Amino acid sequence: MEFFLISMLNGVTYGLLLFMLSSGLTLIFSMMGVLNFAHASFYMLGAYFAYQISVKIGFWPALVIAPLAVGAIGMLVERYGLRKVHKYGHVPELLFTFGLAYLIEEAVHLIWGRSAVDYRVPAELSGSLFKIYGTAFPEYRGFMMLVSVLMLVSLYLVLTRTRIGLVIQAALTHPDTVEALGHNVPRVFMLVFGGGCALAGLAGVIGGNALVTEPGMALSLGAIMFVVVVLGGLGSLAGAFIASLLIGLLQTFAVGFDGSLGRLFAPLGISFPSGTFLGELWGLTISSAAPVLPYVLMVLMLIFRPRGLLGTRDV
Amino acid sequence: MSAGANLGTTIRFRPLNVGRYFLWGSFALVLAVLPLFFSAGFAITMMSQMGIFIIAALAYNMLLGETGLLSFGHAVYTGLGSYFAIHALNWIAAGTLPLPVALVPLVGGLFGLLFGLLFGYIITKKAGTTFAMITLGIGEMVFAASLMFPSFFGGEGGISANRVVGKPFLGITYGPAIQVYYLIALWTFVAMIAMFALTRTPLGRVANAVRDNPERAEFIGYNTHIVRFLMFALSGFFAGIAGGLSAINFEIVSAESVGAQRSGGMLLAAYIGGVGVFFGPVIGAIIFTFFLVAMSNMTKAWLLYLGLFFMAIVMFAPGGIASVILMNLRVWKAGFMNRLWKPYAALASAGVIALGGFVAIVEMTYKLSDSGGGGAFSVFGIPIDLAKPLSWIVAGLVLAVGGFLYRRAWVAMKREWDDIQSILAERAT
Amino acid sequence: MTAAPGAAASIELRGVYKSFGKTQIIRGVNLAIAKGERHAIIGPNGAGKSTLFNLISGRFPVSSGNVLLNGADITGLKPYQINRRGLSRSFQITNIFHRLSVFENLRCSVLWSLGYKYSFWKALNGLADANERAAEVMEGIGLSRRRDTLAGLLSYAEQRALEIGITIAGGAEVILLDEPTAGMNRSETAHAVELIKKVTAGKTLVMVEHDMGVVFGLADRISVLVYGEVIATDAPAAIRSNAAVQEAYLGTTANNH
Repeated sequence: MEFFLISMLNGVTYGLLLFMLSSGLTLIFSMMGVLNFAHASFYMLGAYFAYQISVKIGFWPALVIAPLAVGAIGMLVERYGLRKVHKYGHVPELLFTFGLAYLIEEAVHLIWGRSAVDYRVPAELSGSLFKIYGTAFPEYRGFMMLVSVLMLVSLYLVLTRTRIGLVIQAALTHPDTVEALGHNVPRVFMLVFGGGCALAGLAGVIGGNALVTEPGMALSLGAIMFVVVVLGGLGSLAGAFIASLLIGLLQTFAVGFDGSLGRLFAPLGISFPSGTFLGELWGLTISSAAPVLPYVLMVLMLIFRPRGLLGTRDV
Repeated sequence: MSAGANLGTTIRFRPLNVGRYFLWGSFALVLAVLPLFFSAGFAITMMSQMGIFIIAALAYNMLLGETGLLSFGHAVYTGLGSYFAIHALNWIAAGTLPLPVALVPLVGGLFGLLFGLLFGYIITKKAGTTFAMITLGIGEMVFAASLMFPSFFGGEGGISANRVVGKPFLGITYGPAIQVYYLIALWTFVAMIAMFALTRTPLGRVANAVRDNPERAEFIGYNTHIVRFLMFALSGFFAGIAGGLSAINFEIVSAESVGAQRSGGMLLAAYIGGVGVFFGPVIGAIIFTFFLVAMSNMTKAWLLYLGLFFMAIVMFAPGGIASVILMNLRVWKAGFMNRLWKPYAALASAGVIALGGFVAIVEMTYKLSDSGGGGAFSVFGIPIDLAKPLSWIVAGLVLAVGGFLYRRAWVAMKREWDDIQSILAERAT
Repeated sequence: MTAAPGAAASIELRGVYKSFGKTQIIRGVNLAIAKGERHAIIGPNGAGKSTLFNLISGRFPVSSGNVLLNGADITGLKPYQINRRGLSRSFQITNIFHRLSVFENLRCSVLWSLGYKYSFWKALNGLADANERAAEVMEGIGLSRRRDTLAGLLSYAEQRALEIGITIAGGAEVILLDEPTAGMNRSETAHAVELIKKVTAGKTLVMVEHDMGVVFGLADRISVLVYGEVIATDAPAAIRSNAAVQEAYLGTTANNH
């Protein structure tokens, strides 16, 4: 029970963080058809900006300034890069973001060096919130959840209560019709791209100190975000939300299980010597197989149900 | 109808195709004599890696350029080829596998083919973005799995072997790097010819048709899944050969050889060179390897420069270097090159100035972040003190002036270029 | 020219239905087209003509009913399977291989029927029969002069000719042409009609066409499709005087020609 509750809380926290990242990615992918490979790089920028600002001014200003700065960079990238490439088709667009991911990583190397920076949880949030069965639940985890939920609510309000939100919603399911309605599509694209990047930046601000802020952080989360978008389905924020929680929980829970094929088949007397390939397969615990699981899910989903859980169109 | 009668003249313009034999012949000659001109150990190493990467990039382009499939996980096939090849070397050493070292790349190729068949059958059911995502997923899966099975993948440290095993053939032991170079050059030549020949077969041409218009291909009798599948598997074969050569060359294979970065490198190289032309990826592979091996020795910022180079290609020359060359050849043949020399010279000089300023700023920033503030170094005997703002102002000024001149030169060049292109287009109709 | 009783029709549709979601597009079509017949399908916009072609050629699956080709059931087969059984179609919106030359477009289209399938061990330039056949078709559609031009760079009329060339190159016995003269001017249309006559001689031809001049000049029989149902199938003269047809269709377009 203790394991269950703790894993549940951790999984939900991680899942909410994933959603903050993947919501922007889903919006961009569904509306513009661009699989943004640099999305995780904006997450990384968010973390580094926040580190820099919190060293100079403090964490709380960073919480506001860093995402806005990342969003502004995102808009510039869309306006002066992506839009130019758009006319060549989707593959060059995708390659543009692919190259951008390289560049951002190198820029981070250039400015902040190759090792992790000391981006810390602010002192006022470093205590523990409550205890479950003797295990402390850190205040900062609670703060992360709070920010995520606030973001979720504001995203929902923006999408349902504002004019631009309604245009975005229409564009999610019927990207072709929006232009016909006379909306300034390039401007909407720029705002969505910038907004998505700002969300990724926010995730970086609150995730960078909870996890780690280093140049490899984009690469390590980048592929997982694609998993979330694919599982959730094209054009569906709700799908991305469910998929984020699913992956968050899956990864947290899987780490705690040490079941294996060997154990499963032990009563039947089937076993293989250790040090061989089959022996390793038999001895492989679910916890050590955890990193593969999301990708297995993604590949299966793409083959059997390319529209994802709640998607309206095929990928 | 009478068209069949004059077939000889319309179909086979040059029955022996002397031009092509000449081209391949000179290529073989270049491969053979290169080590005489670049005999330093460093150069031999770099050229060996270029050969390997040429095969890999061409294999990659069988998918992207020829079949229209964008893969983010092709290192799976080079990497698994490498792993099986390195095990093969160890088996040869242990006496359990009677195979000359020269044929070890074939082991890599066969396993590349095997996994190409295995994964490819599923992956190629889809095309477009779905295909790209599945290759990404399978790439991540294989990479994650490689860390779970240390008996085969060797864990973090990888698997190493000794390539000087088995009986020497004609005194060739593959101990010295030069012998390995010639082995790689030979395989590169053979693989290139095979891949080129493949583009001239029914499957190769129908793959182009599937790339252009998969729906119509189904209405002329072709199952597009099978076409993609076969191209994928064959690409896996050649990728595996590249992997096998790399196992011989480095004598060690580790998990990163199946990783996303390696896959990304193949994509970068093919695209920089140009995916629309057979020889494009060859150019890309040479440039990429130059960055990877030579530039990385000179500067820490090599990936930054490579990334910028790649972005410039994507934004301004989406057909890659090969298409730039071909377009200029067309202009030259039509006799318009005299109008472009001056704009090109202006563009190049402005580019050098701008690049100089940019590189100076990047390198100075690196020095600064390495030394933790301050520090001094010298370039061409000119001392640069990082603590002095003057150094930065000068570098910034050079960049600004160069950029401004470049912009002007670009506009002037573009005007001439567009004018020539419109004349050429008019002539064509 | 109706199908002789007992002999299998070239194409036969039996109670074919097709719905997209809740909308029924094709509502119980029965049709038999004899070997060697030139059959035109006409009808107002949105009647389901192109959908009918898509059902016959396997682009969409039927919702219910059967499609027979030379007496054999081809319902549910994939487009390439149907093509291999000797049915080939063209498209209303030009559907060619843009980055291949005219000659390569045609050569690709003959490969399967000549048995070269997926072979990757034979040099294309050595396949005398494929090259001969492609050159022959190229001559037939009048594009020999444009042999090495990329298909995407051809003029519209040339692309339409290539579209027909790709369709007939494989030597299929049953040809479906979807609005072969769409978007052409008068002289181009006349040229296209001659071309179609020439290249489909001796074959079964089914075409969807809006230009009544073309229809009445080419067809042996005409079917009128209105709201997913065939309301008449008859010889051109009889269709012209059919009261139901005039009311449903010709009455509104007779002025055009």
